Amino acid sequence: MSIEEKIRENLKEKIIDGYRHSQRRCYFSIKPQDIVEVANFLFNELSLRFSIATAIDTPKGIEILYHFSFDKSGEIFSVRVLIEDKKNPQIDSLTSLFPAAEWIEREIWELFGVNFKGHPNLKHLLLHEDWPQDKHPLRKKDPQVTP
Amino acid sequence: MSHKVVIPIGPYHPLQEEPEFFRLYVEGERVVDIDIVIGYNHRGIEELSEHKHFDQVAYLVERICGICSTSHPFAYVNAIEDLAHIQVPERALYIRTIIAEMERIHSHLLWLGLAGHFIGYNTLWMWAWRYREPILDCFEMICGNRNHYAMMKPGGVRRDILNEHISPLKKTLDEISRATDMFYGAVVDDPVIKARLKGVGILTKEQARNWCVVGPTARASGIDIDVRRDDPYGAYDRVSFNVPTEQEGDIFAKTVVRLKELYESIRIIRQCLDKMPKGEIEIKIKEIPAGEGIGRVEAPRGECFHYVRSDGTNRPIRHKIRAPSYMNVASNKIAAVGGTISDAAITLAAVDPCYCCTERCSVIRKEDNQRILTGWELIKLSQEKTEKLKKEIGFKDVI
Repeated sequence: MSIEEKIRENLKEKIIDGYRHSQRRCYFSIKPQDIVEVANFLFNELSLRFSIATAIDTPKGIEILYHFSFDKSGEIFSVRVLIEDKKNPQIDSLTSLFPAAEWIEREIWELFGVNFKGHPNLKHLLLHEDWPQDKHPLRKKDPQVTP
Repeated sequence: MSHKVVIPIGPYHPLQEEPEFFRLYVEGERVVDIDIVIGYNHRGIEELSEHKHFDQVAYLVERICGICSTSHPFAYVNAIEDLAHIQVPERALYIRTIIAEMERIHSHLLWLGLAGHFIGYNTLWMWAWRYREPILDCFEMICGNRNHYAMMKPGGVRRDILNEHISPLKKTLDEISRATDMFYGAVVDDPVIKARLKGVGILTKEQARNWCVVGPTARASGIDIDVRRDDPYGAYDRVSFNVPTEQEGDIFAKTVVRLKELYESIRIIRQCLDKMPKGEIEIKIKEIPAGEGIGRVEAPRGECFHYVRSDGTNRPIRHKIRAPSYMNVASNKIAAVGGTISDAAITLAAVDPCYCCTERCSVIRKEDNQRILTGWELIKLSQEKTEKLKKEIGFKDVI
């Protein structure tokens, strides 16, 4: 059973949408509230490696892609969540599962203003500590830009 | 900084030659905590990338790092080609592979020299860098530059490797192969280097997995990953090579892994030079469709990750870049804590982060938060420890 089948089998109530882009790139969409459960399954049950997370400011909300790598087959499984509340976006932190998420969550917090609930040390990573709390550099300036 | 100033911001890339700040908290000689502060060299590349068209981005991301300057454009073109399902001409794949492996050789030699310097082996430093020079000369011969080769472009490469380049390159490889024999013997059999590096700065397999470290840092801790083999790009699936791993997770293991990788890189380049077919080196790309793509490259320090999303215009709507040191440097929190101050310089340098990092290092006494040592004093301390060890085991320098 391939990893993709295992994910589809075990997380079938969680997955809203998904597609395979190319031979070794696969994308799934889930609800933001399921992220800890899904990441726990991928990291601890399937032993995938957390590669990084990408946040994107889209007209529909803040999208976060969590990229997990399965190194035996070279596949990347990207778990997509859409946080619709752009005024006060928040999602659960993954730092309780693996410390590797600590830096990237701090980065997304400062660049996109996403609050990671349960993060032990949510402070600036790249920007100066004096950087204004309400300015998020990677938010799109022009709301008309389409994704 | 005034609150009104708005500066374009992107991610930070804690690669070579960039400042990071490690605050070590010590009790007596022991390091009890470490605070890693980065962001001093934050240039906003991700934001900048959204304002360049797809061809320009390759040259922009080349400027992220001066040491592994081809890894980022390579990962970027992989992402674009994944996004648009572009098939690159065979010859271009081989040329890309040769350039990437030449880069690994010069980067590992650079690290070996610095590591030697940090533990007071300046001879190793001089020798390693002396053999790095001919590789840089080969780069100059092939692409006109010793760094920032500007070889990668979406759809192919910019310059061909000419027939007259092949024999000087092969000669240089022979030279470096002999030098690697020498380095391997000098490092692996040396009792002082063993005493300094064995059991120091250990990252166990479990810790390496939890911190999701990549590259030689992961392979030295027994995690058998290598993007070149696992998710082949370029011409890596057309050549044969080994992925060296070690189990101990200490600095000695990291050194051995890198030295063994030098041999593999030489092997890969030789095979590429022999197998490289004739033909086109690029294809013209008319437009990049809307969509998303992920490109990965095994940079000298580990997996380099690029995610690109396009909306059908000529610029990326989002370009996420993750350099390997982003994962590796964070793991210093584990590797350095519990060690002594004199081992801190080499432990922090063992993941191959940046030269300046130790220069920016200061040691703070826990009781009164007083700054007691600068980065240079720390290197000095490390070198003195080696001298002391040499005396203890009765080792004499043979000159």
